[in-house]
Amino acid sequence: MTPIDLRPVARLARLHLTDAELKTLEPQVARILDFIESLKAVKIEGVEPTSHPLSLSNVFREDKPEAFDGAALEAFIKRSPGSRGNFFEVPKIIEDKS
Amino acid sequence: MILSEKTASQLSALYKEKKCAPDETLKSLGEAVRAKDARTRAYIQFDPSRARRRDVSKDAPLWGVPIAVKDNICVADEEITCASKILQGFISPYHATVIEKLLAAGAVICGRTNMDEFAFGSSCETSFYGPTRNPRDPGRVPGGSSGGSAACVADHTAIAALGSDTGGSIRQPASLCGVVGIKPTYGRVSRYGLVAFASSLDQIGPITKDVRDAALLLGVLAGHDPKDSTSANLPVPDYPEVLGRPIKGMKIGIPREYLSSGSGQSGISPAVQKAVREDAVRVLERLGASCREVSLPHTAYAASTYYIIAPSEASSNLARFDGVRFGFRHRGGKNLLEMYEKTRGEGFGAEAKRRIILGTYSLSSGYYDAYYLRAMKVRTKIKNDFDEAFKQVDVLLTPTSPSTAFKLGEKSTDPVEMYLSDIYTISANLAGVPAISIPCGIEERAGKPLPIGLQFMAKPFDEAALFQVAHAFEQHTDFHKKLGNVKE
Amino acid sequence: MIPTIGLEVHTQLATRTKIFCACAVEFGAPPNSRACPVCLGLPGVLPVLNREVFRLGLRAVLALKGTPSAVIRFDRKNYFYPDLPKAYQISQYAAPLGQGGFIEIASGEKIKKIRLNRLHLEEDAGKLIHDQSPDTSHVDLNRAGTPLAEIVSEPDLESAEEAVIYLTGLKAILKAIGVSDCDMEKGHLRCDANVSVRKTASDPLGKKVEIKNLNSFRAVKLAIQYEIRRQSEALEKGEPLFQETRLWDEARQKTFTMRSKEEAHDYRYFPEPDLVPFSVSAEEIEKERKALPELPAEKKERFVREYRLSAYDAGLLTQDLKIAELFEEAARIARDNKTVANWITGPVFSYLNEKGKAIEDLKLTPALLSAAANLVKEGKVSLQVAKEKIFPEMAETGRAPEAILKEKGLAQVSDDPSLEEWVVQVLKEHPKVVDDFKSGKETAAMFLVGQVMRKSRGKANPGRVQELIRRKLKADRTS
Repeated sequence: MTPIDLRPVARLARLHLTDAELKTLEPQVARILDFIESLKAVKIEGVEPTSHPLSLSNVFREDKPEAFDGAALEAFIKRSPGSRGNFFEVPKIIEDKS
Repeated sequence: MILSEKTASQLSALYKEKKCAPDETLKSLGEAVRAKDARTRAYIQFDPSRARRRDVSKDAPLWGVPIAVKDNICVADEEITCASKILQGFISPYHATVIEKLLAAGAVICGRTNMDEFAFGSSCETSFYGPTRNPRDPGRVPGGSSGGSAACVADHTAIAALGSDTGGSIRQPASLCGVVGIKPTYGRVSRYGLVAFASSLDQIGPITKDVRDAALLLGVLAGHDPKDSTSANLPVPDYPEVLGRPIKGMKIGIPREYLSSGSGQSGISPAVQKAVREDAVRVLERLGASCREVSLPHTAYAASTYYIIAPSEASSNLARFDGVRFGFRHRGGKNLLEMYEKTRGEGFGAEAKRRIILGTYSLSSGYYDAYYLRAMKVRTKIKNDFDEAFKQVDVLLTPTSPSTAFKLGEKSTDPVEMYLSDIYTISANLAGVPAISIPCGIEERAGKPLPIGLQFMAKPFDEAALFQVAHAFEQHTDFHKKLGNVKE
Repeated sequence: MIPTIGLEVHTQLATRTKIFCACAVEFGAPPNSRACPVCLGLPGVLPVLNREVFRLGLRAVLALKGTPSAVIRFDRKNYFYPDLPKAYQISQYAAPLGQGGFIEIASGEKIKKIRLNRLHLEEDAGKLIHDQSPDTSHVDLNRAGTPLAEIVSEPDLESAEEAVIYLTGLKAILKAIGVSDCDMEKGHLRCDANVSVRKTASDPLGKKVEIKNLNSFRAVKLAIQYEIRRQSEALEKGEPLFQETRLWDEARQKTFTMRSKEEAHDYRYFPEPDLVPFSVSAEEIEKERKALPELPAEKKERFVREYRLSAYDAGLLTQDLKIAELFEEAARIARDNKTVANWITGPVFSYLNEKGKAIEDLKLTPALLSAAANLVKEGKVSLQVAKEKIFPEMAETGRAPEAILKEKGLAQVSDDPSLEEWVVQVLKEHPKVVDDFKSGKETAAMFLVGQVMRKSRGKANPGRVQELIRRKLKADRTS
């Protein structure tokens, strides 16, 4: 079992992990990956991937506008963890100009 | 007459004969929940005053029947938590399609049931709101992730419930709690409004006290939904109609990889092995079915395939829980990055984090081909195995879970061991085929009757075959009565 | 130094609703008012593809001579940003709607084929507003889910000028086939440029620099020019260049490194499980191909052939379908191709440029335009007066040019007695120039004509004035 560094993965997933969490997770994930290794034994040459168990295709909707309930929308925005007026509000995004 | 102990079809008959009214049922359920839920903690919320119903014809198939809903299915203007802290304060502004269908069929939506956080788990222990316990033995888990739904149906604190099944999350808790649960064919029931775990595997299905109720509910839930691109546009058969049809001549396959040891599977308990391989087969043969061994050669790879595909999709599906528009947000963040990381770090529990990390890892560049792409190809082979098997037989018979309910905390430490308890159920999700779990035995442990479940699987969109064989088995063995699910 | 340039153009498709939900696509609506659970990325929602998005995309693929993929799929592009509600963008990665294709551009004397790599469909993100408060940013998701087609060229462009010609041509095609309104002001056409420079053609391609968010043709031109200069200088000095993303700073007229606060992007593309695959049959392709209108390149050839215009004029007249229609109809009514063509490439274009308007914004009709052209041709008004005094009013109000002419008393003076008076006066006022003319200095006549024109405030017919002056002075010379 090769040790792995999960910090870059956690950053990619925008997931803060404490050192203790990392210490628990790293061997667990290594063990799971090790378990998953068994797939290498399957011959997959020429096999099409299945991203979906159904054989459906060409599912569309028509280009007809339908407005969502305005009152429900406003109530939703009001309840959001950060809103100002009808905007969602987040910590300032710094646009770097260097 | 205790109304909470009735089935949906019994209630319908009572209403028709004007022997009781829906409000009395709700009242009876309220009393049952008050008396018993502290023991199981099956509900996240149960409040009859918030019950939803529509004014529809009394002839509607579920008129006046209360249905509990797993807390990952959206009900408009109701909280929905997915048993996670990260959804704290979120109120859905819309109904899931299944909720629309239930309301149109006259059902009363009442109660949100506990689950593993975001349906990640097989024991209902990962809920932010604490574990649910198995009503058959509160020292044991109810299974998961739809543990709350299975537990309240088994405990008569619900008439029937909705669950969702990504790798066995309806069937395994149904088995461990001794009730009926069906995962429909992928595409049979709309996923619109089900908080996605793994989009290519998820299905909503009913958990009920007997097979008749399962057939009745699926008939209401199933059908095409223009809001779900992956919903099949096929007619829905009259499921209750097939109940009672004999199974003489039906060909039943027993996948040898599921019961033999040494194929990489974790140990199957002797009680389960006997109840399925010997007792159940004997019953089915007595009813005129012919049972034979078949082979699903790639079974040994199903767990690995599943634990690549499911976390990968989950890592992407759970990315929207970012604290921007709804739910929990960490307040102390200095900047956007910190807001994101702390919100998600504090909002998700340990199992959710483990799956997000695993999925992010297997999708990241450099690993995609080795993990996700390979898994999708092995998935093709697993699916082909089922296609081949269904050329020879009508349905497949397997155990639902390798063992009866385990004790709380017994398996949570080792994720791989925990994942292996899904071993019999995940293949149906990978292949997209329908599968049902029904009680087939009782194992006495320390004076407690622990139910054993068996699973039937059928070819895509042949849920009718499942109901037919499951009903025949149920009526002949009476485990639904022996377990107290159905009382005269 | 040899620059190599490829462009990625995002164009907004002209649909009524968003790509995956029924919300109206509307510019300038109140914040978060054109949104629903689907485009807000709420838990549990699912996308369903808008049929019109697919059809318009297919139309563009065919007009650009590309080929639809046999199996068309959508993928998820995963990254976190507050304007991206689901934290993934539904886009196409492995199996785009269209592959290949090309656009022919006129570069100097020769026609150059710019190959296309692909056309894929995707959803737009929302809008971020940074100037409302000092320590927060605001998110408006009205734009989230707006349908886009991304058209990616091969690195076949070699200068900023070629890039602009390519863009002009692409815009003309997209507008002509009704796929996009291409309104740059509303962000309907956005462009990223990949630029690299190498010393000689035998060198391998240089380090590719992506310049993002070029929102006008001017920005495209200046940013690419700047980048070529910057990279060339670095190469000459032997300084290292990096593969990086830069942004164009309009105010400072330079590109700058977009410093990434995070690790390199890893978008973790994988097939979108909430959508099914798509395919187009040969019959559908044929049907859609047949329904394509005449494309700008074909129209241009026809204009040269049919109206005997120069390739240059024909090119100008066919970049916008509305302009081409105006020309054809006005030329038919006026029975004079050349004059109408000159009117459009002259007064009409300069008026549009000056006012920053589109032809649709004017009340100009083919009948009005041909009437104005005929007034000048018949000598009833000078071209200058027609252009400066009559055209703006006609274009804005839709009034007949004759009426404006009469009302403003702008009729050209050809035989008015006052004409002769002005000539006599001018000759009197400039005896020296008259002498110059008499001693054989021809240019002196031009000066005198100019003076008469001034007196008439432009109303005099210059041809007639010259004739009068020559007659008078000739008479003087012989007497």
